[in-house]
Amino acid sequence: MGYFSRFMVPHASPAIYASMVAIAVTMFLLVVGLTYFKKWIYLWSEWLTTVDHKRIGIMYLISALLMLFRGGVDALMMRAQLAVPENKLLASQHYNEVFSAHGVIMIMFMAMPYIIGFMNFVVPLQIGARDVAFPRLNAISFWLFFMGAMLFNLSFVIGGSPDAGWSSYFPLAGNEFSPSVGTNFYMISLQIAGIGTLMTGINFMTTILKMRAPGMTSMRMPMFTWSIFVTSVIIIFAFPVFTVALLMGALDRLAFTKFFTITDGGMDMLWANLFWVWGHPEVYILILPAFGLFSEIIPTFSKRNIYGYKSMVASMIIISLYSFMVWTHHFFTMGQQAYVNSIFSITTMVIAIPTGIKIFNWLFTMWRGRIRFTVPMLYSLAFIPLFTIGGVTGVMLAMSAADYQYHNTQFLVAHFHNVIIPGVVYAVLGASTYYWPKMFGFTLNERIGKMAFWVLNVGFCLAFFPMYITGLDGQVRRMYTYSADTGFGPWNFVSTIGSALMALSYVLIVYMIYYSIRHSPREGASSDPWDARTLEWATHSPVPEYNFAIIPEVNSREPFWDAKYKGLSIFKGEYNKIHMPNNTGAPFIMSCLFFVFGFSLVFSMWYVAGAALIGIFVCMAQRSFQIDHGHYIPLEGVKETEANYGGGSDK
Amino acid sequence: MNIDHSKPLEYSTEQNRLNILGFWIFLGAEIMLFGTLFASFFTLVDRIGSGPAGEEIFEMGPVLLETFFLLTSSFVIGLVVHAMRIGNKKAMITFFVITLLLGLGFLFLEINEFMTYYHEGATLQTSAFTSILFTTLGTHGAHVTLGIFWGTFIIIQVARRGFTPETANKTFIFSLYWHFLDVVWIFIFTFIYLKGMTGV
Amino acid sequence: MKTTRSIFVCFILSAFLTGCDLVVLDPKGPQAETQADVIWLSIGIMSVIVLVVCAILVYVLVKYRDSKLPKDYEPPYIEGNHIVETIIVAVPVLIVIFFSVVTIITNNKVEATPEKYKGQDPLIVYASSSNWKWHFSYPEYNIETVNYLYLPTKRPLEFKLYSYGPITSFWIPQLGGQKYAMSDMVTTLHLAADDVAAMEGRNANFSGEGFAENTFYVETMKQVEFKKWVRDVKGRAAPITEKTFNKLLKPGHLGQLTYTGTHLGFSPPPMEHSGQPNDEHMSDSDAKGKHLDHPHSHE
Ligand code: HEM
Ligand SMILES: [Cu+2]
Repeated sequence: MGYFSRFMVPHASPAIYASMVAIAVTMFLLVVGLTYFKKWIYLWSEWLTTVDHKRIGIMYLISALLMLFRGGVDALMMRAQLAVPENKLLASQHYNEVFSAHGVIMIMFMAMPYIIGFMNFVVPLQIGARDVAFPRLNAISFWLFFMGAMLFNLSFVIGGSPDAGWSSYFPLAGNEFSPSVGTNFYMISLQIAGIGTLMTGINFMTTILKMRAPGMTSMRMPMFTWSIFVTSVIIIFAFPVFTVALLMGALDRLAFTKFFTITDGGMDMLWANLFWVWGHPEVYILILPAFGLFSEIIPTFSKRNIYGYKSMVASMIIISLYSFMVWTHHFFTMGQQAYVNSIFSITTMVIAIPTGIKIFNWLFTMWRGRIRFTVPMLYSLAFIPLFTIGGVTGVMLAMSAADYQYHNTQFLVAHFHNVIIPGVVYAVLGASTYYWPKMFGFTLNERIGKMAFWVLNVGFCLAFFPMYITGLDGQVRRMYTYSADTGFGPWNFVSTIGSALMALSYVLIVYMIYYSIRHSPREGASSDPWDARTLEWATHSPVPEYNFAIIPEVNSREPFWDAKYKGLSIFKGEYNKIHMPNNTGAPFIMSCLFFVFGFSLVFSMWYVAGAALIGIFVCMAQRSFQIDHGHYIPLEGVKETEANYGGGSDK
Repeated sequence: MNIDHSKPLEYSTEQNRLNILGFWIFLGAEIMLFGTLFASFFTLVDRIGSGPAGEEIFEMGPVLLETFFLLTSSFVIGLVVHAMRIGNKKAMITFFVITLLLGLGFLFLEINEFMTYYHEGATLQTSAFTSILFTTLGTHGAHVTLGIFWGTFIIIQVARRGFTPETANKTFIFSLYWHFLDVVWIFIFTFIYLKGMTGV
Repeated sequence: MKTTRSIFVCFILSAFLTGCDLVVLDPKGPQAETQADVIWLSIGIMSVIVLVVCAILVYVLVKYRDSKLPKDYEPPYIEGNHIVETIIVAVPVLIVIFFSVVTIITNNKVEATPEKYKGQDPLIVYASSSNWKWHFSYPEYNIETVNYLYLPTKRPLEFKLYSYGPITSFWIPQLGGQKYAMSDMVTTLHLAADDVAAMEGRNANFSGEGFAENTFYVETMKQVEFKKWVRDVKGRAAPITEKTFNKLLKPGHLGQLTYTGTHLGFSPPPMEHSGQPNDEHMSDSDAKGKHLDHPHSHE
C-alpha cells in the first residue's frame, strides 16, 4: 500500500474525483465505440501510423482544440473563484494547481500544437512539396507532443498537479516547497513534448530550405512559410535551453542535485534566467506563425497582394534576433543594476518597431483593396486594434522603472492575454475557418462562426480590460482571493462575465463544427472557395495524399493568383508515378514508451523507467536496421484520383 | 529513388542531402544545448557550498588520456569516411571499429574519473558546482555512449549491405556527430579542466 | 467592431476617472511619483498610437468594403512605397528613442536615493520574507517587527531584501515599485515617503499556499513620531532570540509582532548583491561560495 500511496492526489477535492470518473467513463465509451463501429483498424492504419503531414497537422489541431477545453475549464474555475471577494469556491492550494495547469496547457499544449498543426498542414502545400523533409520524424514529433500532453494531464488525477505556476520558479518548485510529484510532471512532460517541438523545428527548417517548388526563390515564399522558417530558427535556438533547464529541474527534484536549491550553492536566479531565455523566444514562436496566418488571410479577403513584402520579411528576421536579447525584462525587479535594466528595456522596446511595421503593412494591404467580412477576416480585423493595445502595453511594461509597479500584477496578465488571445487564438480560429475547406472539402457555417466571433470578442474585452485597471490598483496575479475593501470586486465580476462569454463562444465554435459536418453542402464545393492567392489553393480539396499530381512551377510571389487571372500556368508536364513514404507504427509505439518512461520517472520507479528506456533504444535500433524505400503510387492510381476530383488540379 | 552518380555516395540521393542538412541543423541545436550547459557551468563554478572546488579534485593525467583517446578517435573517423569514399570496405570497417574502441576507452576513463570524484566526496548532490560538473560531463558522456551504439549498428549494416546510399549517408552523418562531440570535448577540456586546475 | 470599440472607450474613460484612486497612480513618495509619471506619459503616447491605428483601420474598412465598391473595381497590385515605409519605421523609432531616454533617466532615479532627500542618511531596513510573513529589522534602532512597518517621512529609506524561502517580491505600491527578495543574495530598494499615511504592502511574487495573505501594514509618520514609536518599542517589547526567530520562520501566518534586537546577528543575510559598487566584485575571492550560512557584511 505504501508503494501505491504515491499515486494518490494530495488534497483531492470532489471535483477531482468527478474528473476521475469522467475520464474513466470517456475512455470506456471510446473503447466501446471504437469496437462497436469496428474502427480500431481504421484508427491504427489511417491515423496512428500515418506519416502524412496533413493528417499529422489535423491531429495536432484536434489535440489543441481539446486542450483549449481543458485549459478553458481551468480558466473558468479561476474566474469563478475571483468573481467576488473572499470567495470560498477553491482552496488556495487548489487554485494554485489550477492556474499552473492553465498556463502550461494553454501555452504548451494549446497554442503550440495549434501553430504546429497549421505549420504541418499548410507549409508543404504552400511550397508545392509532397511532404516534409522527414515525414517519419514528423510523426515522432507529434506523438511525443501528444504523450507529453497526456502525461501532463494525468497529473490531475494521479499524484497531483504542479502548483508553482507555469514559470515554475525555484526554490518554490523544489522539493522543499513543492513536495508533491506535481512539478515532476511539469519537468518531464514538458521535456518530452519539447523534444518533439525541437524536431519539428529541424524538420521544417530543412523542408523550407530544400523542398520548395522549382522557381520559388526565397523572396517568393508565401508569408506564412516565411514566418514558419523564422519560427523554426527560433525553435532550434531556444528549445535546447529549455531542455537543459528542465533537465536540471528534474535532477534537482529526482536526484537531489543542487542547481536551484537554497543551500549548497544552488542558484534560484539561474532557473529564472534559463526559463526566460527560452520563454521569451517562445512567445515569438507563437506569435510569428500567427502573423503569418494573418498575412495569408488579410490579402485574400482584401483581394490584394501583401503590402511591403520585403519589410514584412525583414521585420520577422529582426524580431527573431531581438527575441533572444530581451529575456531580462521578465525580471527587471531581480536586483540587477540600473544600466542592465536600461539596456534590456531598450532592446525590448525595439522589438515593438518591427511589430508596428507589420501592423501598418496589414492596414495598407487592405487599403485600396476589396474587403470581404468573412469569419477569418473578422478575426484578422479584430486582431489589429486589440493586438496593438497588447503591444503598446508591452512597451509600457518595457519601461523598467514603471515595470516595478506593473510586474506580477493583473496589468501584466492583461498584457499577455491581450497579445496571445487576439494574436494567437484569433489567428488559429480564423485560420481554422480559412483552411477548413482545404482540409475537409466543405466550408464551416458562416452564421454560427460570426456569432462565435462576436461573443468571443466582447467576452475578451470584458474579461481582460478590467485587469489593466485592477493591476494598477495593486491586484497581484496568482492571488486566490482578495478582501472586499480592496475594491477589486466589481472589476473582477466583469472579468468573470467576460470569461463566461468566451466559454459560450467555445461552445458555439464546437457547435459550428458539428453543425457544418452535418449540414454543409459537399457537392459542388470549390477547391478555392475564398479566391485565394497561394499554392495550397491550387490543388484539390480535400488534398489528395500526394498533394500535387504535378509539382508546380512558380514564377511569382502569388503563383496561384497569377495562374487564375494572368493565365500563367503552374502545372507543366505529365502525370507520373509518385513516390511516397510508408506508414509506420514505430513513432507511436516509441512515444508510448516515452510516456511510460516519463510516468515512471515522475514517481521515481527506476526499474520501470529503465525498462522503458531500453524499449526506446530498441525502437531506435529497429529503425536503424530497417530498410524502407517508401512506395510508389502508380501512374494509373494518380490518374484515377485526379479523375475522381474532376480533372486537372489547375482548375 | 534517383541516384546522382556525380556526387559522393552519401550525397547521392535527395533524401541523403536532406538528411545531411537536417543533421547540421540538429548540430546547431546541440551547440545551443552545450552552450547552455557551459553558461550554467560558468555561473555555478564558484558555488561550491561546503564541497570541493574544481582544483581540489581535477587530475591532469586521466583527463589528458581521455582527451588523447577522443582526439585520436576523431581523426580515425575521418579515415573511415576517406576509406568509404575510395570504396575500401575492409579498411573502413577496421577504422570504424578503432574509432568506437577509442570511444569506449574514453568512456571507461571517464567513469573511472567519476568514481574517483565520488570517493573524494564530490557527488552529483554535493553542491551546485558538482551538480553542473557531472551534468555537463554526463551529457557529453551520454552522447558518446549513444554514439557507440549507433556506430556499432552502422558497422553491422556496412558489413552486411556494403556501401549503399543509405549506409554511406549514415556513416557520413555519424562522422559529423563524432567530430562534434570532439569539439565539445575540447571546450570541456579547456574551460572546465584547464581553467579549473589553473584557476585563471 | 462598434461594440468592441465603445466598450474600449468606456474602459479608457473609467480608467481616467478612477485613475487617481488607483494605488499605483496615487503616489505617496518620490519614487512612486516618478513611476506614476512614466506610466501617465506612456499611457498618453501609447493611446495616440492606438488611436492612429484604429483611425486608419476604420477609414480603410469604411472606404474599401466590398459592398461599397463599384462592381468592376479591381484592387491594384502595390509592392510598397518607400515614403510610407520610411514613415512607419521612423515614427516608431523616434518614439522608442524618446522612451529610451526616459527609461534611462527614470531607472537611475528609482535605483538611487531619492533626489529630494539626498542630504540625509538613509534609514536602512532589512526586510526578509519567510513563508508567508515579512520580518523587518531596523539595525539603526536595534528593533524588529513582523508584518508591519513604521517609517519616518521625509527621510530616504533603503530596504535590504532577502528571503528565507521561495522568491518573494517586496511591494508598497504607494511608495514605489517592487523588488525581489531571494535566498542567495540581498537586493536593495530605495524608497521614501512624503507624507503621513497608512497603506498596504505585500509580497507580489507567488510563493505558495499562503501567498494571498502575505501582506503587511505600512504607516508613515513624522520623524518625531517615529522616534517616539522606537522608544516605545524599546520600552515594552521582548528581545528576539534565535529560538523565537526560528519559530517565526515556520510556515504560516502571524499577526503583527514587535521585538527588540534583530535577527541579523544570529541569522545574517546572504552575501550582498553587486547592486552597489564596493562589494562582490571587489571582494570576489572571499565572497566565493558564501551563502546563507556564511555572513558577508560590509556595511
Ligand atoms: C510589442 C512587443 C512586446 C513587448 C514590448 C512586450 C513586453 C513585455 C514585458 C516587458 C513583459 C514582462 C513584464 C513583467 O513581467 O513585468 C512581458 C511579459 C509577457 N509577454 Fe510581452 N511583450 C510584447 C509582445 C508579446 C507577445 C507578442 C507575446 C505573446 C504572443 C507576449 C507574451 C508575454 C507573456 C506570456 C508575458 C508574461 C509571462 C509571465 O510572466 O507569465 N508579449 N512582455
Ligand atoms: Cu518577454
